[in-house]
Amino acid sequence: MKGFAFGQYYPANSVLHRMDPRAKVICAVAYIVASFLCKNTFSFVLLILSTIALILLSRIPMKVVLRSVRALIFIMAFTAVLNIFWIVDTSEGAVPLVDFYFITIYAKGIYHAAFILIRILAMVIGTGLFLTYTTTPIALTDALESLLRPLTAIKVPVHAFSMMMTIALRFIPTIMEETEKIMSAQKARGADFTTGSLGRRAKALIPIIVPLFASAFRRADELATAMECRCYHGGEGRTKLRILRYHVRDFVAMFFVALFIGGIVAINIFGRKYGWLYTM
Amino acid sequence: MENTPFIHIENLSYSYVGEDGQPIPVLKNLSLDIREGEYVVILGHNGSGKSTLAKLLNMVLDDYTFAEGKITVDGLDVMSPDLTDGDVLNLRKNVGMVFQNPDNQLVATVVEEDVAFGPENLGIPQPELRTRVDEALATVGMSAYARHEPHRLSGGQKQRVAIAGIIAMKPRCMIFDESTAMLDPVGRKEVLETIEKLNRDEGITVISITHYMDEAARADRVIVLSDGHLMLDGTPGEVFTHSDTLRKAGLDLPQCTAVSQYLTTQGIPVCGEINTPKQCAEAILNAWGRI
Repeated sequence: MKGFAFGQYYPANSVLHRMDPRAKVICAVAYIVASFLCKNTFSFVLLILSTIALILLSRIPMKVVLRSVRALIFIMAFTAVLNIFWIVDTSEGAVPLVDFYFITIYAKGIYHAAFILIRILAMVIGTGLFLTYTTTPIALTDALESLLRPLTAIKVPVHAFSMMMTIALRFIPTIMEETEKIMSAQKARGADFTTGSLGRRAKALIPIIVPLFASAFRRADELATAMECRCYHGGEGRTKLRILRYHVRDFVAMFFVALFIGGIVAINIFGRKYGWLYTM
Repeated sequence: MENTPFIHIENLSYSYVGEDGQPIPVLKNLSLDIREGEYVVILGHNGSGKSTLAKLLNMVLDDYTFAEGKITVDGLDVMSPDLTDGDVLNLRKNVGMVFQNPDNQLVATVVEEDVAFGPENLGIPQPELRTRVDEALATVGMSAYARHEPHRLSGGQKQRVAIAGIIAMKPRCMIFDESTAMLDPVGRKEVLETIEKLNRDEGITVISITHYMDEAARADRVIVLSDGHLMLDGTPGEVFTHSDTLRKAGLDLPQCTAVSQYLTTQGIPVCGEINTPKQCAEAILNAWGRI
């Protein structure tokens, strides 16, 4: 439990790590938009290149980056297969590559499948690199609180949400440690969590969950008292130890992302005009 | 101002509301004065009302239906019905509280941010905020751990971080509600030394609630509560001479005091103030020399 780390944060010293978390949230959102704007082969090639550039910039080993993709292999394979078999090229003179009873595969379907694969990969890797890999959860919470602050005008309790996030992050390791203790205690009394049917094993968890909840409520009560004693009274008039500040690199990064979106839009327009390679 | 006590408690009674709506008395007609700069230990068995007293001083109890009497802290009437939110904040800023379980009072995921939590709530601007956090961590000897995660620290270290979190609010009085009860001997020693340092060097009034007699022996003044009543009040030496009263309150004498009293009853006159092992040893040697 000692080596437990939150999320997927990968400590390294790169430009992406040093960027202001707010700038990273903005860039990540813009990157998703960009990947949806891609329409033809050129823009997808550009998307692949940008993802590779981001990986290199972040100084995060390829192995670590691919780990996050692994969880999505099934979804990616599913969408790819669906696209290959379902897309019918209705344009003039389109000949299916394979026409075997009920299976017809057009070249367009294969392109579509490839495009969607690239889009999913770029989105997952891109947002991961901007957010989870290079930003600690607590910095991310700070960034979201700061970016969503305008919503307080329409009575969204932004500060309360961010406080809840912080407390949750603070108590995850504490409660995990406690779970282990309770499990050991129940094992010492002969509890068995590893054998039997699924229903039986689920039932065996009850003597863990009940004390865990009881203790979590007691903790919450004590923490609330301690916070009150430390003059907590909501977000009003609160100052912050860590002040987020934009640096030149943040503006440079946002400029490049904007340029990237502009480039993709331009490629789309020219692509349609001159009939460039496969357009979605 | 010199003669008015920092905390003044007069005929204080408090009862919790039972499940049937009937009052369950905890504190009964208690009167007490605590002066600025004192190091007071409040002793009492479980259910003697000592924690309730501490919580009343910080206005963190849920229900005040059965609260009677008067508490003033630094001239502020805490029980007054027209107490404003600002008054309560000011009270909590002046009287900081450290609790028993170190895990359940740390809020942030990084030590220095937790220490900053109190002053942040008070709206202390930068760069003063930074200075306060650094100074508070230095006072408790935890500067090297400023960037650590609290859950990786030992119990004593966590408790010292909790203390730093209070110091950073610059309180004039600190209440320790059994703050050493969950710690191992090393952790307890660290925390006790920190408490003594705060009282001696920073001039902070310390009210420490405990049931460890050896902690009481180190204080300037010991107050014994039993069943919501004030039983004894005096220096550790004075209080420890009433061994029968202490036993009635469910408390034992510190070992060295008990040893010296036993020797005296056995005809070996071990006298003087005996609260620490060293004092005890010297007194026995003295008595030996006399025989």
